[in-house]
Amino acid sequence: MTEFDRRQFLQLAGVGGAVFASALAGCASAAGAKAAVDDFYFVQLSDTHWGFEGAPNPDAKLTLPKAVSAVNALAQPPDFVVFTGDLTHTTDDPQERRRRLAEFRDIAAQLKVKTVRFMPGEHDASLDNGAAYQEFFGATHYSFDHKGVHFIALDNVSDPAAKIGDEQLAWLAADLAQQPKDARIVVLTHRPLFDLYPQWDWATRDGARAIELLMQHANVTVFYGHIHQEHHFMTGHIAHHSAKSLIFALPAPGSQPRRSPLAWDAAQPYRGLGFREIEAEAQTAGYQITELPVVKA
Amino acid sequence: MPIDPTRRALVRAMGSLGLASIAGLAASQGQERTVRIVARKFEFEPRLIVLKKGEPVVLEFTSLDVMMGFNLNAFKLRTDIAPGQVTRLMLTPDRAGEFVFYCDVFCGNGHEEMDGVLTVTE
Repeated sequence: MTEFDRRQFLQLAGVGGAVFASALAGCASAAGAKAAVDDFYFVQLSDTHWGFEGAPNPDAKLTLPKAVSAVNALAQPPDFVVFTGDLTHTTDDPQERRRRLAEFRDIAAQLKVKTVRFMPGEHDASLDNGAAYQEFFGATHYSFDHKGVHFIALDNVSDPAAKIGDEQLAWLAADLAQQPKDARIVVLTHRPLFDLYPQWDWATRDGARAIELLMQHANVTVFYGHIHQEHHFMTGHIAHHSAKSLIFALPAPGSQPRRSPLAWDAAQPYRGLGFREIEAEAQTAGYQITELPVVKA
Repeated sequence: MPIDPTRRALVRAMGSLGLASIAGLAASQGQERTVRIVARKFEFEPRLIVLKKGEPVVLEFTSLDVMMGFNLNAFKLRTDIAPGQVTRLMLTPDRAGEFVFYCDVFCGNGHEEMDGVLTVTE
């Protein structure tokens, strides 16, 4: 099945959600960037908060397994799956943290996808600087290449002060230095790198330094989590796209006095939750984002 | 104790820019009103602070348990709050209104609710 056919299939099958095109409009080097890229797609899941219990999601123990089943049911398997942090819900108990990480790992292992990438959120890593997370999933920041796209996973959570830190920023600069200025680069991270809404801790303390480094490259797109809802924002030519959660939805930034989770709606379970497909398109040198529900309506 | 007019002018100038600083803080103590704020999982006490516009105050922080952060983004004012230490910031609010402050150091299950409101009156 070609990519076009697959998208048509999704639309015909009625499983496709809202589609967001993130093209590199006006980018002079887009033609160069697309030349070496093959069409492919990956799936982003985020903020699963395994171990959470509470009224905002009375189905917490089943939501992640259902999402895994939904990914496994996709007509064509993605090239890979990435979880962009907050795999588990935080706990002060180190043993309980490891138990939750282990259970999460076992559920994620049921994905019928060869490659699954992980990264931490502050709930996984901030209380022990990522120690338990690394025991299960390894490095908290890394890069890899896939079909002409350079992926960079940035850790802005292992420091509880929401900082990337000098050492990792130096690593980022060195990694970027290996890339042509028109390379297609995707950054995966947990918190927004820009000041989305600092009053709710929706920011990275030194995120501007990362953006400054990334701005030197023409084709950069950021996918992140943390805010439990879709959000699309540009810093210069860099697009930032946040993903929905798989545990509870949060209000739009500043829309209510506190960032309390949105109430569970028994009439519309999983409303506001979901995951997304991200299709890297060679023709436009952009990305097509398709939001998908936890379960089909 | 006489007040250094130069320092007072500096404080006013910082306030007019919406800035605050720990610079010269030691010399300031005893001159401005002190507002003591206690941080603990997962709240600030008091959670509601009322100040007058243009009034210089010292915000004095302590933490009863773990490392916390205080962030008053509207005035670009923040500090870490380490347990066992007293941390002070100087603030001269230059505009009236209600401004949210919050903990910006992840401190556990409840961190997201750890915030408060500064009300600045005319």
